Amino acid sequence: MNITKTLDAKGLACPMPIVKTKKAIDAIKSGEVLEVVVTDKGALNDIPAWAKSGGHTVLEQKTEEDVLYFYIQKA
Amino acid sequence: MAVYKWTAAEVARKVIDNEELFILDVRNHDAFEDWKIEGHKFEYLNIPYFELMDGVEEILPKLPTDKEVLVVCAKEGSSVMVAEMLSEAGREVAYLEGGMKSWSSYLEPIKVSDLENGGEIYQFVRLGKGCLSYMVISEGEAAIIDAVRFTDVFTNFAKEKGVEIKHVFDTHLHADHISGGRHIAAATGATYYLPPKDATEVVFDYTPLTDGLNIKIGASQIDVNAFYSPGHTIGSTSFIIDNQFLLTGDILFIDSIGRPDLAGLAEDWVDDLRETLYSRYRELAEDLVVLPAHFMIIDELNEDGTVARRLGDLFKENHGLNIEDEGEFRRTVTDHLPPQPNAYQQIRQVNMGKITPDNDEQTEMEIGPNRCAVR
Repeated sequence: MNITKTLDAKGLACPMPIVKTKKAIDAIKSGEVLEVVVTDKGALNDIPAWAKSGGHTVLEQKTEEDVLYFYIQKA
Repeated sequence: MAVYKWTAAEVARKVIDNEELFILDVRNHDAFEDWKIEGHKFEYLNIPYFELMDGVEEILPKLPTDKEVLVVCAKEGSSVMVAEMLSEAGREVAYLEGGMKSWSSYLEPIKVSDLENGGEIYQFVRLGKGCLSYMVISEGEAAIIDAVRFTDVFTNFAKEKGVEIKHVFDTHLHADHISGGRHIAAATGATYYLPPKDATEVVFDYTPLTDGLNIKIGASQIDVNAFYSPGHTIGSTSFIIDNQFLLTGDILFIDSIGRPDLAGLAEDWVDDLRETLYSRYRELAEDLVVLPAHFMIIDELNEDGTVARRLGDLFKENHGLNIEDEGEFRRTVTDHLPPQPNAYQQIRQVNMGKITPDNDEQTEMEIGPNRCAVR
């Protein structure tokens, strides 16, 4: 997987992780992959739901020691 | 336009007073479907906040202008964002301080009744989670049954009433919420009781809550009688208070009955549940007023906000008490059960004293409805 850009949203509370994810996605091209690193647990459900509503694809997500990683391919 | 901040207490008042309210819930659809703020006259619109980041114009026509509008999210942040956007668009709205987290935690004490010789019984209604705790007060003394983990609410209430907490009971080892029982006992010097059959794995000291235990509260000697009523758990114990009230724990609710599977032993305990509901409870006076440890739906609330119904009425109206065929009863309480409460295995571990999560972790574990019943 080629990561185009990484967004560090650790320590940010809802809604900021999604607000920043949206901005970051807006700034990359279709088909490119954004890595989002976040600690707010709300993101676990919200990032996939947000991605789905915008037609983006979550290629992979993982949790490592309370830090969540998402890999989102822009539609 | 101004953005107002409402507390969970203010929202609770609207539920209990049967007022109208329009809730714009900006959590994602799954979270909303699973669990929301229930009110008799509440209307809802569920649009996830992340669909509103480009603007709220599209939903303006769907929001009433002749009703109060409350924006709700999980923790508060997103509801503030959406409320501010609506305010900029010329709407007057409020958001819920602390979001669903604070809704889940809020407790409203409501007086159920006076008891003989100046005693009183209070029900602590946790609207967001459907948990019900009780305090029996009689001159100078109090007993608490099935306290939730917000121990300050109980100790402060006792202080206000000028009573000393002497006895703290849990009707069973809870699986849906974290008990405050033994912490209240430790803070006040009260005796903490737990049914020994539910306590085989607990790592703290307790006083056995056994069949036939009789405690008298305060100068007016209010009677608290325990009787063994297994089925939800193997140790589940009910109480008869002042010969008027039947505290059923998680065995019998207003519109449903307890589920026997939360400790993983549905098949083993179904016969106990049947025996309790169809034999033991049948021998009791029908005029006893049932006070359960939970409600599942807002319709179970009475007009004054309490959850209470005459036992004789439940024998007539509660579906779970009217399944003649034993095989059908077995299937009802073991097949097609609703999902289990959030983190119920962890919650049982906490209530056994085996793990001690911090406050945020406890809040997280308790998110969602209680799901202790079968309808």
